Amino acid sequence: MTVLAPETTTVQRMREAFADTVNARLDTDPRLAVVLADISADLFARAASRHPGRVVNVGIREQLMMGVAGGMALTGMRPVVHTYAPFLVERAFEQIKLDLGHQGVGAVLASVGASYDGSGMGRTHMAPGDVALFDTLPGWTVHVPGHAAEARRLLGPALDGDDRVYLRLSTRGNAAARPVGQGMVVIRAGSRRALGTVVAVGPVLDRVLAATEGLDVTVAYLATVRPFDRAGLNRIAAAAAHADVMIVEPYLRGTSAHEIAEALADRRHRQLGLGVTRDREVRGYGAPEDHDRAHGLDAEGIAASARGFFLA
Amino acid sequence: MPTRTLSRYADLPALIGLLTGDEKHQAAAVSTLDVLWVLYDRILDVTPETADHPDRDRFLLSKGHGPAAYYAILAAKGFIDVGELRRWGEFDSPLGHHPDRTLVPGVEIGSGSLGHGLGLGVGTALGLRAQGRTGPRVVVLLGDAELDEGSNHEAVAAAARMGLDSLTTVVVDNQSASLGWPGGIGDRFAREGWAARTVNGRDHGALHDALTAPHPGRPLAVVARVAPKE
Repeated sequence: MTVLAPETTTVQRMREAFADTVNARLDTDPRLAVVLADISADLFARAASRHPGRVVNVGIREQLMMGVAGGMALTGMRPVVHTYAPFLVERAFEQIKLDLGHQGVGAVLASVGASYDGSGMGRTHMAPGDVALFDTLPGWTVHVPGHAAEARRLLGPALDGDDRVYLRLSTRGNAAARPVGQGMVVIRAGSRRALGTVVAVGPVLDRVLAATEGLDVTVAYLATVRPFDRAGLNRIAAAAAHADVMIVEPYLRGTSAHEIAEALADRRHRQLGLGVTRDREVRGYGAPEDHDRAHGLDAEGIAASARGFFLA
Repeated sequence: MPTRTLSRYADLPALIGLLTGDEKHQAAAVSTLDVLWVLYDRILDVTPETADHPDRDRFLLSKGHGPAAYYAILAAKGFIDVGELRRWGEFDSPLGHHPDRTLVPGVEIGSGSLGHGLGLGVGTALGLRAQGRTGPRVVVLLGDAELDEGSNHEAVAAAARMGLDSLTTVVVDNQSASLGWPGGIGDRFAREGWAARTVNGRDHGALHDALTAPHPGRPLAVVARVAPKE
């Protein structure tokens, strides 16, 4: 099995990569519009003066932000809606459901903050449930890039389309960009006697690689989690001696459990999902790394779970 | 010609009767009947032939409840077949108890959950403005109880400050808001910078005048007062 080497690294952060890409496209694509609720307005200030009608800041009004996106899409425009994850996805969730999906129109929703990038701000600024919420709605593509270059690459086609896309940007990530837009890719292949497969979603890849070093497993990478690459997982899992799968997701634990169950419905397997704990609210501030430890998402925690699962 | 036989205001009770069983009495009591008729008969520049034209006027029924008068008028104006009215609410009927824009020609938004139409209307007006389409009007119809939803107030404040003069909100006021609107509904809009007019919601001439008098640089709110819900 081929092993993919990392691509060139960049130091650019995802949020800036997102803003750069959208700003450049505003100059060339008259269909594109940006809808903001104060957050990141500074990143689009220059574009707002060049294209005043297509950069709309509604103030701190997230319900209106999503309604405006739906209305603009109804007139044939391609809205990009952006704010902090809990305010983008959770605060006005019915607007996402009705003003976009039910109207049969699309938009690109790009969040920052992820599960706990802003850990010092506490629970109000954390959104580990965002991907699970999109999972309740049909027709959404969900991208969870692990590198700024990946975010850029996933954003381009999203801006061209007219479908519903959620782009989950994070300050966390991996040292190198990996291939995206083509389903699940093998990063480190196990032997023919491999104990199973570990799927790393977006920013957790480097931690997963460190955690599984020395363990005979295949490590696969996934930056687009909806639609889920069931065929790809089935193929990768089938190549190992055991079809057991551990998935590490940087958001709510077990969010993709049902997808893995579908992907491997044709073979006996065990599965384990790691992610942000569901059963309690972690009332801590500190740094994101502190929260990794609390949820068992640091390399050490992932390693302990992997040994427990694959060597059991 | 079948399309001409049921196309007048006087035909609306019969058309609503196709939906509801009989009930000419109930038809006349529908709070939105007159304002919808004035809009589709005299105000909105949209026909079945232009229902997808980018420069058409848009009508967004935010208050999706009780769409019988809406469907009746869409049938009277030829957007939907009169025969469809009889199958209202059946599984495979395009006409449900709340309208779905993907199923009904001429319906601009799917509604039912209150408080979504005005935000969509602001976005529609902004989208048209961004494309240089200054001709089309965007008219959103709400109920007075629907104004309870906070989402409307986000839209009311922003629309005026953005100077969206292509946007019109019609609030059909049958005094059904549980906690009321002391001081009147028009006042809420006027304070936010809208041109606000309150008229008798059964008076076609007054509705027409309120909907057509100029309001440069400001969105327009027309409060159409009708008798309280029985």
